Amino acid sequence: MSIDVLLFLILAVVSVATALGMLLSRNAVYSALFLVLNFATVAVFYLLLGAPFIAMAQITVYAGAIMVLFLFVIMLLGAEQLAPGEALPWQKPLAVLLAFVLVVETIYLLAFRGAPAGNVIQPEVAVNSVEFMRELGSALFNEYLLPFEVTSILLLVAMVGAIVLTKQEKGGQK
Amino acid sequence: MVPVNYYIILSAVLFTIGVLGVLVRRNPLIIFMSIELMLNAANLAMVAFSSVLPPPEGQIQNYSGQIFVFFVIAVAAAEVAVGLALIVQIFKSRHSINVDEMSNLKG
Repeated sequence: MSIDVLLFLILAVVSVATALGMLLSRNAVYSALFLVLNFATVAVFYLLLGAPFIAMAQITVYAGAIMVLFLFVIMLLGAEQLAPGEALPWQKPLAVLLAFVLVVETIYLLAFRGAPAGNVIQPEVAVNSVEFMRELGSALFNEYLLPFEVTSILLLVAMVGAIVLTKQEKGGQK
Repeated sequence: MVPVNYYIILSAVLFTIGVLGVLVRRNPLIIFMSIELMLNAANLAMVAFSSVLPPPEGQIQNYSGQIFVFFVIAVAAAEVAVGLALIVQIFKSRHSINVDEMSNLKG
């Protein structure tokens, strides 16, 4: 077994374990912290796949900005733990069964039927290359310029929307 | 050299854990985190597929998958900002965020 496969398997175990920790934690703060660790391992996978720019964007945007926002809201609302309500008794077994069917179908269809041939790129080919960022930047600002600009408008709309939703109404009925 | 199938299987497993979180948890914040996990699993699959595509003329690598993931990250950031603002508003008006109690649209 080569060192690459070994590294992949260890990180895969960590990422699945942290995802399960996110799912099973009773406390929402622990869930958020497990998810931060999961995002960090996925960033390492991006590095292994020869995508250092996406790996850094993952760390700054997901693990940095988005999860800090989540932790702010969890602590602001005091919603670490919800009072136990009466759940439907058959809901959890049914959900687990359906999820099992989903994962088997997905793995069968994506990884065995439509099997994409070949191995992933050698990490050192991409990561150690100065050319990488130049080519990525030129692809982003030539071929994909319009989607890039549309993204900026989308972020502006989301920002205005978040402010409008949370703003106190002056002299209103609230 | 890692076969690309390994990454696809890992991505499917992570996506299913996210689906399971949406199905069984009652806290909308955790449902939101599960949606982020699903987006992340899809991103991982896209970067993995992109790394086996043949590079276009004159480039060392194929970048289309990576650029697509970049846009998905931007859209996820926008989605989280609006979604968390909605959750804060719902909490302000009802003093509870249990999804079982959000059964009517009128605030």
